[in-house]
Formats: sequence, structure tokens, C-alpha cells
Amino acid sequence: MTVRKVIKEFIFENFMMGLNENHLGDTDSFLEKGIIDSTGVLELVAFVEQTFGFEVADDELVPENFDSVAKLESYVQRKVSPGADGNASE
Amino acid sequence: MCAICGVLNLNEYGAIEPEILRTMIAVVRHRGPDEAGVYIDDRVGLGHARLSIIDLSGGSQPLSNEDGTLWIVFNGEIYNYVELRRELEQRGHRFKTQSDTETIIHAYEEYGYGCLQRFNGQFAFALWDRRSAELLLARDRLGVRPLFYTISNGQLIFGSEIKSIGVHPNVSLDIDPVALREVFTYWAPLSPRTAFKEIAEVPPGHFMVVRNGQTRLERYWQLDFPEEGAEATTSIDELAAELREALIAATRLRLRADVPVGAYLSGGLDSSVITTIIRNHTDAPLIAFSVRFEDERYDEGCYQKELIKYLDTECREVTCSASDIARVFPDVIWHTEAPILRTAPAPMFLLSDLVHRSGIKVVLTGEGSDEFLGGYNIYKEAKIRRFWARYPESKVRPLLLHKLYPYLAQSPARAGQFWQEFFRPGIEDTESPYYSHVPRWRNTAKLHALFSDRVRSEIGGHDSTPDLEALLNPRIVDWDPLARAQHVEISTFLSPYLLSSQGDRVGMAHSVEGRFPFLDVNVLEVCSRISPRYKLRGLTEKYILKRSMQGEIPESIRRRAKQPYRAPDSPCFFGPNVPEYVRDLLSENGLKQSGFFDHDAVARLIRKCERRLGQPMSAMDDMAVVGVVSSQLLYNSFIERFSEKVLEAKRAPLNMTVWVDARNAPVCAS
Repeated sequence: MTVRKVIKEFIFENFMMGLNENHLGDTDSFLEKGIIDSTGVLELVAFVEQTFGFEVADDELVPENFDSVAKLESYVQRKVSPGADGNASE
Repeated sequence: MCAICGVLNLNEYGAIEPEILRTMIAVVRHRGPDEAGVYIDDRVGLGHARLSIIDLSGGSQPLSNEDGTLWIVFNGEIYNYVELRRELEQRGHRFKTQSDTETIIHAYEEYGYGCLQRFNGQFAFALWDRRSAELLLARDRLGVRPLFYTISNGQLIFGSEIKSIGVHPNVSLDIDPVALREVFTYWAPLSPRTAFKEIAEVPPGHFMVVRNGQTRLERYWQLDFPEEGAEATTSIDELAAELREALIAATRLRLRADVPVGAYLSGGLDSSVITTIIRNHTDAPLIAFSVRFEDERYDEGCYQKELIKYLDTECREVTCSASDIARVFPDVIWHTEAPILRTAPAPMFLLSDLVHRSGIKVVLTGEGSDEFLGGYNIYKEAKIRRFWARYPESKVRPLLLHKLYPYLAQSPARAGQFWQEFFRPGIEDTESPYYSHVPRWRNTAKLHALFSDRVRSEIGGHDSTPDLEALLNPRIVDWDPLARAQHVEISTFLSPYLLSSQGDRVGMAHSVEGRFPFLDVNVLEVCSRISPRYKLRGLTEKYILKRSMQGEIPESIRRRAKQPYRAPDSPCFFGPNVPEYVRDLLSENGLKQSGFFDHDAVARLIRKCERRLGQPMSAMDDMAVVGVVSSQLLYNSFIERFSEKVLEAKRAPLNMTVWVDARNAPVCAS
């Protein structure tokens, strides 16, 4: 399964509270859509760390990396295979 | 305290059935186990269940004036009844009992509806005037005591609890999906709506006159604050002294009883103030009660011990576990008569049981302090957001939010900037009177995704905003931001939820009357004059209260960080030892019975909770679980098994001490 699918399945199973997949586009902001609340963020971090096997540094816990399916996929790809997507991540 | 109930013919002289009144009383016997009473004439039937507190031998109800032309049933206390009675006696009124109930009748005779302004108390009553054939229903300023009614088949039926009304053969209880959605947004239906269609409440601070088949609802009191910037310039020391004196007087007043009076002790500031006042400023013995939690994340035992030692008092405690909560939860919902989003009322239910078993009928407790003196985190949150809104790009300003929640099990500091973003939406909408509450409501409203298609279509396009606006004083737009937040909190949370589900209902479930010094009329008056910067000073909550009690309560409690009272939520309903009813109510079949929730959504929620057993749950998931379970229980108790529960209630015998049958009797001229 692709990284994107794994992420989407997790979001759908844990945060959608009854809404179906059509309610969340890959680039929709979790915060704006109200998908994740302040304590739910920690569940997401734990999922990412356990599923993809790396530690999320405190300063990486930012909307740029976590606030949508696409952003999260991108962040995970960078961490799992650094430099693979050709964009330097600073 | 008591329960009241009754039936009034609006138009014809139909029959009022004594048996129906008897059953209406029987289902609320928990509110008044000591005595029962009935008055019937050709147009009205009044019922009463008594918890005897003042004038044990003389104060039975229903009670009348000298010539039997006025009859009252009353739930509550008029604390200044001694002073009022003196005034009325001087004006020629003659009293036959020592009760505060009788004061109401004579005050009405003297002042008409204006009598309500003179009552310092908590009350719900029905006053029947035989000569003018007028029924007066009235409720106290903040809705401490409940009062519901419905109109059905040409009759007005009223009661302290909805179950009393539901007993009447012409009433068919039906859960209101709009109310469900309001609970799942504001934590309680917006007054006068209740969880049941066709059942309304007399709103706090209102009275209703029923005459010639017409009902007229009128407001006699509304929360008011000074215009922003126009607060009194009294010095803080003067105000702190005034507040302290008002609290001492309010506490003393609330010790007026012919039975011993206890007090709750949570380890927090408010109950510390009250118990300290009882110890230092009254002759009353201090009989303290507290709740402990098996789960140390919720337990406040160490703070309680400190205060207990300081006051040199005993304190009886009840220890509450997740399985205790699950066990009593169905009973709790039978009493709350509405869905709830937190299990917090359940430990209070267990606490009142302890109080009852200890032979105590009355307790003093600290509700109201946070609302009126700026204690809640929601006030601080709003303040920080406003501060942030003035410079939205700031990285530093939102860091203040981290100071708000040190007690959260999962450290929000870890979630850093992401967590702050949660508070950002709508941050610049500072003019909205609801600014402080929008994040909470918006967050809670995500629970609507759990509703079934049927509930959604029944709700249709209904908009609750007009009902929300109608609750608020229109002058709110002129007040300072803290006052606005206070008003919204008092109107949408304190009155309909905290004082009700977490207060009156679970206390009265075990025949225990709660009394609230912080809600005293004179205390409220002082609070209304306190500038916002003395309530929330920077981010220090209840600054003036802490200052006014400095030197009297232990420093450690005075300085202690705010810890909201909470109980375990979703852990109560998952795990190997969970009671059968939970599995049944959350099953596909159980969900189909009520038809409120989408099965797939609930199943997903359950899977998540089972997966995460033992780990902390998010606030949303906690609310979802408790909301769904309590809604299912509500349906089960009030729709599916109502007749069964009524029969059960009828089995306990009533001690009927008053039975006045004035049918076919002429109305006496005085």
C-alpha cells in the first residue's frame, strides 16, 4: 500500500467521526476542516512514528508537515528516504 | 428539596384525576421522600413531594393562605424568609407555620408578581389563585430549581422533572432531534427547549401567568454588566472586603435549616472558601464530603487532605472508579433527562448517595464562582486569542496558550505550533458576542457527523442561532470581553447543564438539596460591580476572590493552578468488565431502536476506543462516547421502558400528609 493510502486509511478510521472519504480531499487542511483537534494531533504523531519508524522532532510538528494528507505524505517520504524527491527539506 | 407537579384545565371544567397526580408525585419521590400532598379543585390539581428542611412539623404542602383562596406548591428555599416575614407581619399578614413556603404566599398577596424581586433564594413554584382562576409558575434567576410544562388536550401539565409530566396519559414523550444537535454543540438544549418535543421549561428568571386559557411568559430578571470602561472605580481592597462580607452573609443564610447542613470539599478554591467560612464565621458544625478517584489523573485527594487538616475537620469520602461510573450511568441519565457529553455528573451522583446515607439532606457547594468571578479557562483562552489577534503573525503570543493546560495528560507542548493553530480560526472576529465560545462549539459540533440520516432530515434546515441570541441580553455588545464571555457561559452552560445535570438532578436523585453561596443575590450584585481586571488579572483567575480570602485559606490552595473537575469518560464504557447494557445499546440493533446515530460511524468509534484501551483518548472521542451512550440510555429509559420505570416508582408508598379535595366546593369569599 502506498504511503498516501496508509495515511488516508488512518485518518478515515480515527478522525472522521462518521464523515466518509469524500469529505476530505488530499490537499484539504485538517485544521480548517476541523478533522483533528488539539489532542488528536498527538495520536497522529504516534501513528506516523510507529508506522514509518522515525521520530518526529518537536520543530517538525508544524502545519507544513502535518496539515493535510498530501503534506503528511510529503513529509513522511522526506524522512523515510531523504533526498528521494529531489527537494531539499530544511 | 422537593418536587412540584400539577394539571390545570385551560378551558373547560374537565376532570382532574387524583390518581394521575399521585403517580406524578411517585415518580419524583426521590426529590421529596418525607411527605406527599395534593390539592384538587374543579380546575386544577397540585402535587407535592416534600424533603423536609425548614419547619419540619408545620411546613407541609400544598399550603394555603388564611382563607384557602391561594394555594402553593414550592420547591426550593427563600433564604431571606425571616426578614421578609417580619416585614409582612408588620403589614398585617398572619402566619400559621414557620416555613419559608408561607412567606411566598403572603409576599404575593402584598406585592403581586413583584414579590419575585424580593426573594433571595432558589425556587420553582406554582401558585393558584382560586378567585381569579390564575396560575402563576415561577423560577429563580439562574434556574437552580427546574420547572417544565407542556400543553396537551386543553390542559397545562407541569412538573419539577420531565418524568412527572410524562406520566400523564395525554402526554407522549418523544426525543427532539434539534435538542440532540444542541446538546452536541452547546452541551445542553437552548432554553426553553428540552430534550423532549412538546416539553418546554420555564426559563430562568421568568414567570408564567396562566389565565382564561392563555399563557403569558415574562422575564423578571436578567444578567447585566456595566458598559465597557464604565465599571465602578471602587478600590480593590474595598471590593475584596465587600465580596468577603457578602460571601460570609450568603453562607450564613444558607445554613438556615431545621436539619444539619453539610458541605462539599473538592480541594479547589471555591469549596475551600465556603468550608473555611463555615468554620471561621459561623457556629455550625462542619460536615464535609468529598469524592475521590481511583485513577490518580483525576483525583484531588492531596489538596483535600491539606484543607481537611487545616480546618481540623472530618471528611467523609466516596471513591469512584470507571466501573462505578458505568454501573450508575443509566440511573444518572434517568435523572438528567437529557444526553450529556461528560460523565462528570456520575461521581456527583455517588457523592449525594453518600450524603444521604450519612443522614444529611442539605449541602453547600461552590458552583457559580467560576462563572461570576472569572475562573474558567475559556475566559483565559479568549483573552489570549484576542491578544494574538492584534498581531496574528506573532510566534510568541500563541505560546501563552500553553500556560492554560498544564494538567492535560498528553502534553500539548509537544504538539507545539500545530496545537496553537487549533485556536487560530476566527481569531480576528473579536466583535462577535460569542467569540469566547466559538472554538468550543465548533469543535463539539463535529459530533454531528455521528447522526443518522433520519435525524439529519428531521432537523432539516433548523437554525438554532435565533434561540441562542434570544438567551442573551442585547446590551452584551456594550460590555467588556470578559463580561460577554461570562454571560454566554452562564446562559448556555451554567444554568442548563452545570446547575441541572451536574447539580440539582444528581443531588436530588438521593434527596440532597444543594445550596450555592456564590449565587446569592447580594454576592451577584457585588460581582456585577467588579472590574474585569480584578476577576481575570493577566491570566490569574478569580484574583479578587483569592485576595479577599488571603490569610484565611491555606496559601497552597490560594495559589494552586486551576484544575477543572473531571471524571474518566470513555474508559468507563470499554474493556472486559463493561456492563451488558453498553454492548446492547451500542450494537447495530441497539442503534436501530433509537435511530439517532449512524451505525458505521459508531462502529468506527468503538473500534478506535477498543484499539486504544488504556491510552488517553482525545476530547472529541470522549464526548462522542459519552454523548452516544447517554442518548441511547435516554431513549431506553424514557421511550422504551418508561411505563416499566413508572410502575417501579409507584411501588414505594407515599406518606400522604395533605389531601385537600375542594371539588364541587364554592370559592370562599374572604
